[in-house]
Amino acid sequence: MTDLSFFFEVLIGGLLAGIMYSLVALGFVLIYKASGVFNFAQGAMVFFAALTFVSVVKMGVNFWLALLITLAVMVVLGVSIEKIVLRPLVNQPPITLFMATIGLTFVLEGLSQIVWGSQPHALELGIPDVPMAWLLDTANINISQFDLFASGIAAVLVAALAIFFQYTRIGRALRAVADDHQAAQAVGIPLKHIWAIVWAVAGFVALVAGLMWGARNGVQYALTFIALKALPVLILGGFESIPGAIIGGLIVGASEKLAEVYIGPMVGGGIESWFAYVIALLFLLVRPQGLFGEKIIDRV
Amino acid sequence: MKRITFAFALAAAVGFSGAALSQAKEQFVPAMFYWVGPYAPGGSGFGGGIIDYMQMLNTRDGGINGVKLTWEKCETEYNNARGVECYERLKNKGPTGATVIHPLSTGITYSLIDKATADHIPIISMGYGRTSAADGRVFKYIFPLITTYWSQATVMVKFMGQKAGGMDKLKGKKIVLLYHDSAYGKEPIPVLTDMAKEYGYDLTTIAVPHPGNEQQAQWLQIRQIRPDWVILWGWGVMNPTAIKSAARIGYPREKMIGVWWSGAEEDVIPAGAAAKGYISAGFNLPGSNFPVMKDIQKYVYDKGKGEFDDKSRFGSIYHTRGVVAGIVTTEAIRNAQAHFGKGKPITGEQMQWGIEHLNITDKRLKELGAVGLMPPLKVSCFDHEGSGLVKFQQWDGSKWHVITDWMEPDRKLVRDKVEADAAQYAKEKGITPRDCSKEG
Amino acid sequence: MLYREAGQFKSTYAEDQQIFPIRQDRIALALLLLFAFVVVPMFADEYWLSAIIVPFLIFSLAALGLNILTGYAGQLSLGTAAFMAVGAFMAYNFVLRLPWLGIIPSFILAGLCAALVGIVFGLPSLRIKGFYLAVATLACQFFVLWAIQRWGWITNNSATGVITAQEVEILGYEFSSPASKYLLTLGIVAVMALLAKNLMRSETGRAFMAVRDMDVAASVIGIPMMKTKLLAFAISSFYCGIAGALYAYTYLGTVEPEAFTLDLSFRILFMIIIGGVGSILGSFLGAAFITLLPIFLNRLFGLISHGFDLEISHAIVSNIELMIFGGLIIFFLIVEPHGLARLWQITKEKLRLWPFPH
Repeated sequence: MTDLSFFFEVLIGGLLAGIMYSLVALGFVLIYKASGVFNFAQGAMVFFAALTFVSVVKMGVNFWLALLITLAVMVVLGVSIEKIVLRPLVNQPPITLFMATIGLTFVLEGLSQIVWGSQPHALELGIPDVPMAWLLDTANINISQFDLFASGIAAVLVAALAIFFQYTRIGRALRAVADDHQAAQAVGIPLKHIWAIVWAVAGFVALVAGLMWGARNGVQYALTFIALKALPVLILGGFESIPGAIIGGLIVGASEKLAEVYIGPMVGGGIESWFAYVIALLFLLVRPQGLFGEKIIDRV
Repeated sequence: MKRITFAFALAAAVGFSGAALSQAKEQFVPAMFYWVGPYAPGGSGFGGGIIDYMQMLNTRDGGINGVKLTWEKCETEYNNARGVECYERLKNKGPTGATVIHPLSTGITYSLIDKATADHIPIISMGYGRTSAADGRVFKYIFPLITTYWSQATVMVKFMGQKAGGMDKLKGKKIVLLYHDSAYGKEPIPVLTDMAKEYGYDLTTIAVPHPGNEQQAQWLQIRQIRPDWVILWGWGVMNPTAIKSAARIGYPREKMIGVWWSGAEEDVIPAGAAAKGYISAGFNLPGSNFPVMKDIQKYVYDKGKGEFDDKSRFGSIYHTRGVVAGIVTTEAIRNAQAHFGKGKPITGEQMQWGIEHLNITDKRLKELGAVGLMPPLKVSCFDHEGSGLVKFQQWDGSKWHVITDWMEPDRKLVRDKVEADAAQYAKEKGITPRDCSKEG
Repeated sequence: MLYREAGQFKSTYAEDQQIFPIRQDRIALALLLLFAFVVVPMFADEYWLSAIIVPFLIFSLAALGLNILTGYAGQLSLGTAAFMAVGAFMAYNFVLRLPWLGIIPSFILAGLCAALVGIVFGLPSLRIKGFYLAVATLACQFFVLWAIQRWGWITNNSATGVITAQEVEILGYEFSSPASKYLLTLGIVAVMALLAKNLMRSETGRAFMAVRDMDVAASVIGIPMMKTKLLAFAISSFYCGIAGALYAYTYLGTVEPEAFTLDLSFRILFMIIIGGVGSILGSFLGAAFITLLPIFLNRLFGLISHGFDLEISHAIVSNIELMIFGGLIIFFLIVEPHGLARLWQITKEKLRLWPFPH
């Protein structure tokens, strides 16, 4: 294997892994954009969604029906989180909201394990996670079929969200709310409904991320940890930007894989755990609001 | 007012459980495991096994020589601080205090070594914990029973040698150690490095940052190295992810050997079909057909008791590992009773004697109905490991198959390292090692 | 009535500026200290001392450290556990390599090392704020732990990265019993809490608060932004470093780098949010809440299933405990977003009148 093809293999593998991070980051962005809440419970929601889905399938329910049931559960969950936890906390400082979502994480983790047990499960989506033979033969580059499939799903999801935000009535209202809560309310946009919808959509995104990650590593408690993978993506891309989440994911994925493979062996390996954060940090020093974040203007 | 009620309720809770100390004919064994969190399958499985076994003894034999076994569960969440709290809470329970502790976490074991030694409560860290505690002269109360990480690492190399057709054939072979980036994961590195010098294989160590749910970079490195074997030293989600990632680069799973914490059903099932052919080490076998397991079924589960609601976990690796822990614990109690007085609850100090003089022969294993479930075990003041034997098993997509007999570790290499490390510890701590020739 | 400052006249500047201007506060504090130093070690058993109170004090100190940074200076940080790790591992090295130094100076040096790390990772705070800064401090969290595991010198080349704290000895007295360890911890925590209380009403503390409330305005009125922010990071990390050293020396005895994970950072952040942001008392209340609640729930459920002989699967019980823990956090945030310290303040207000209605 030549060095160059290996470089491309790592690069492409990293970009595809980055897409997987973006899938998780999308959920964060949606909620932050619309309500200014940094929803740490997104990881727990991903876990909850995936676990619910496999458990329903295990009961012998057909794949699509199970998907529908899980989606319904996630929408109900999202809406009730908004209603029970976040509505009473409106106008609190962001840190308080953040903490509330961490409390929510515990509740969700406990709930999902009470309902479905703590045993890990396998999840097969029918796409084998194996290298693509023709690419391996012709260019000796190893790319997983499943990763390509996942990035396809991510692309569809982003396109769907973009259309939803751009061209539907609700989408326009959402954008108005994101711009200025008070102004939106003043022109008669029902804030509460909008927030409920955003949480429902975030539940849907969590389901998609849960299916992808669950198929990749199995459905188990550790799915909640993928939230940590999304954080550097968020700072890099900006908390409010959907394209930012995708581009940020690509940058983080590619740079951390390249670093682990090329710099890692020199310093003892395992640098993946912090490299993405350092990249994001260096980046922030240049652009404090992230890649696509809204410019911060300080006023007294 | 809220705080006052809180304090009162807390005091009440403490007072009550203090008063719950019961009658004399009981032997108390703390059950400090974890039922929530990422490692819950391991904690609840192991804990379920040990409790099921004790329950079975209570129902079938009425305890040990008439002394009932009792236990209390305490959730540690695999967290050192919670583990220490559980230990302090439970150590004085029962008529004679805690008999023995199974911390089931290397971190908690480390945190308890000093405390338990001072309190004269033995710790059994079966297949985890501090390897050098195998030197019983320095670590009087710590028992890494059956086998340690270092023994296991040497057996793994032997296994590879066997597959290659002789240890001399290992020369020039490439071996990758893929390890969880923690104290636990780094445990085998010194042994594998030493053996690399002896047998001439190339060792590459690759760290996977916690929790290990993303291993693309590591496996691409492996793909470039093209090793003959990959040793997987993982924990939790890192295991299925590694197996899946191996499939993604087309690395044969038959060439992956997992440590015993990477070799339970819970580690391969999430990986689905990709796990077929994967090999792991183990010091206990899974299965529900051992006579002892049938007894547990008959005396515990058929009576509607038992720790698992999910019956498919019965006889799984973690479950039988817990049963093995139960056997070792209760045999040591029996041993101590035989020495200090039958039918009387024993203290931690007496238990220490009991474990140190444990000798579970093949004959005894047959009486226990556990032939093949675990290797024979003979502990001494000098050797707190007692066996060192390891078997290998292979996953066929639905269950584990044993593929070797019990294999011997490289005892000399392991023992030298154990003694060197224990001596350093003794020096740092100012401990004078016991003279084993003078011990009873 | 009980808590009334009427009749307490200040006739000198010194009296006016004292740290606890109200007599009742002074009496309460004196009683509390008396209780903590004399009554507790006399009556508390080993379980309470070494498994409940000592960790509570250590976490309080760490929470206090974070509160200086987050509560007073307004800089959100998720790297607390990393600073604690620096303190623990550097204290080990100072005691190991400079044994003539003694424990307390070693602790102080370890704290200073943590402060240094804090300053380095505080540098980004000059450019970035809020959640962006929080995620940036995560870089510190992960990097420091990684470095401790990689750099053999720090762990004295222990193959696994686990260190065993040496015996604590001051002026020939060995702190080995639980009570003596408790007293040592309490002494350090009490002194540092008092220092923090004092610091926060000094010029430095007021500068911190100005930066927190509005940094642009603060810099306009001439508060040096760089110095203030970095000082906040340094002092906060110093406190966390000492807490980490205590964690290793008076609490667990043996520590591994993995003990200082992100989880711990979150827990400490919890403590100050639940306890009260920008309040010394709140750090203690929050630490008590977060460390004691799970244990309390665990015992309570043990009691319930014992008392009623219920056959509940333990996994479910453990998960219910987890849910209640999370639920209570949310509940407290909704009911009193300013934390337990605020509840205490309200109580004090009420006590001014009580038991008379007017």
